[in-house]
Amino acid sequence: MKLVTAIIQPHRLDAVKTALEAAGARGMTVSEVSGYGRQKGHTEVYRGAEYTVDLLPKVKIEAVVDDAVAPLAVDAIVGAARTDRIGDGKVWVVPVEELVRVRTGDRGAAAL
Amino acid sequence: MNNAVVLAAEEFVLDTGNTAWILTSATLVLMMTVPALAFFYGGLVRAKSVLNMMMLSFGVAAVVGIVWVLWGFSMAFGSDVGGIIGKPGEYFALHNIEGMDGFLGGVPGYVFVGFQATFAIITVALISGSLADRVRFGPWLAFVALWATLVYFPLCHWVWGGGFLGGAWFLEDSLPAPIDFAGGTVVHINAGMAGLVLAIIIGKRKGFGKEPMRPHNVPFVMLGAALLWIGWFGFNAGSAGAADAVAGLAWVNTTVATCGAMLGWVLTERIKDGKPTSVGAASGVVGGLVAITPAAATVSPLGAIILGFIAGILCALAVSLKYKLGYDDSLDVVGVHLVGGLTGTVLIGFLSVDSGLLYGHGGKQLVTQIIAALIAVAYSGVVTAILGLLVKVTIGWRVTEAQEVAGIDLAEHGETAYETTGSGRSVAGI
Repeated sequence: MKLVTAIIQPHRLDAVKTALEAAGARGMTVSEVSGYGRQKGHTEVYRGAEYTVDLLPKVKIEAVVDDAVAPLAVDAIVGAARTDRIGDGKVWVVPVEELVRVRTGDRGAAAL
Repeated sequence: MNNAVVLAAEEFVLDTGNTAWILTSATLVLMMTVPALAFFYGGLVRAKSVLNMMMLSFGVAAVVGIVWVLWGFSMAFGSDVGGIIGKPGEYFALHNIEGMDGFLGGVPGYVFVGFQATFAIITVALISGSLADRVRFGPWLAFVALWATLVYFPLCHWVWGGGFLGGAWFLEDSLPAPIDFAGGTVVHINAGMAGLVLAIIIGKRKGFGKEPMRPHNVPFVMLGAALLWIGWFGFNAGSAGAADAVAGLAWVNTTVATCGAMLGWVLTERIKDGKPTSVGAASGVVGGLVAITPAAATVSPLGAIILGFIAGILCALAVSLKYKLGYDDSLDVVGVHLVGGLTGTVLIGFLSVDSGLLYGHGGKQLVTQIIAALIAVAYSGVVTAILGLLVKVTIGWRVTEAQEVAGIDLAEHGETAYETTGSGRSVAGI
């Protein structure tokens, strides 16, 4: 099992969610987060006082998937999230040691 | 209808039209403080101090409302003593108020008291913008009662109550009387100067100029500014004292000057900072309303557009002064009210249809306007300094630094405005 984590532009959430489902992910967790990568932030001016906004709003998606699904999920996310502009985000994959479905106690792939 | 009131004042004949308009105006002007100014200022501060900011306005309404009825009205509009002050006990707690029936044509004394109460309240509340995020609630209320009594009531008397800047104009042999239709000197120069002096006496917010202090809720700022605009019709058109053509002129001028100022402000921003901002538009609205206040029935609609446009530009440039000069007038009471009030008061000398320089009447009105403005600046500045220092050395103004950093809402009121996660609280006792 793999944990696929993606940081994307908030307005691409619907497209990424649909693509992930089509790639075989059975569930996901979505959070509103803030951060920056190479693109850095922007500036805002209030009554002449200029502020730099370093941390921009992003959406984080996490999904645990079968090993075989992971590359498909990554491709799906990248395809749906890309706008070709700076700030489109990142995707990474890490191995998952254990997974438990809380309601039934199922473990491993059965809990997916 | 109260027959006793009519019988007591023999010659008073009620004018229901005027009375209805003044009652409506009084209600509109109260709305300018609660909730309009509370929202305007509340949106401009950080999330951790919005409740305190709104409470400063609500607190003013409570204290000045009572002080006005007890002795304030008498000091402002009681029988004149030497051009300086009204007899303080003459209408104490509004006894004998029937004597004021007809002070405005056909309007009962109680209605006039209510109308003017709302002016006293908004003036004092305006000051609170200069001391956001750092002042204890109790000392503020004490200052409010003192300042209203020793600064606002006398100045109101000088200009509108028959004192030496109005009915008993002290330079009448050489210069025309000052024109202050609805409160350029009494309200805006006065509050703006008080704000400047208090910002210096109280000192900067921790982190001023270093940490970001951006407005936490810009829609609140827009809402407050819009309600101020609407309420200001009571302020300016109501100051005609009657439901007549003067009120109509004041209404129109109030609108077009505000439109001009909004455009002037956002145009300045567009050139200077790149974008026409919402906060700038809201601020321009207020700057225009301030500037047209003394001139609302004196200039032509075209003059009002020009006056507003100039005021919008000047106020937009003035709000950055505090960073250069190093005083923390947190919400720009100086940049908007002092600068706007001075702009409107002085421009009357040029744009007054009946006495202005641009209408071929010479410069005498201009000289008068400058003198009246300087007197208001000097009196408000000196007495505010005395009262501000008095509070500083006796009970003290500020919350502790730790309280200020954690948020004054929690320190002074035991509340927080917003809940972001819904967790972390449990019921300890109901």
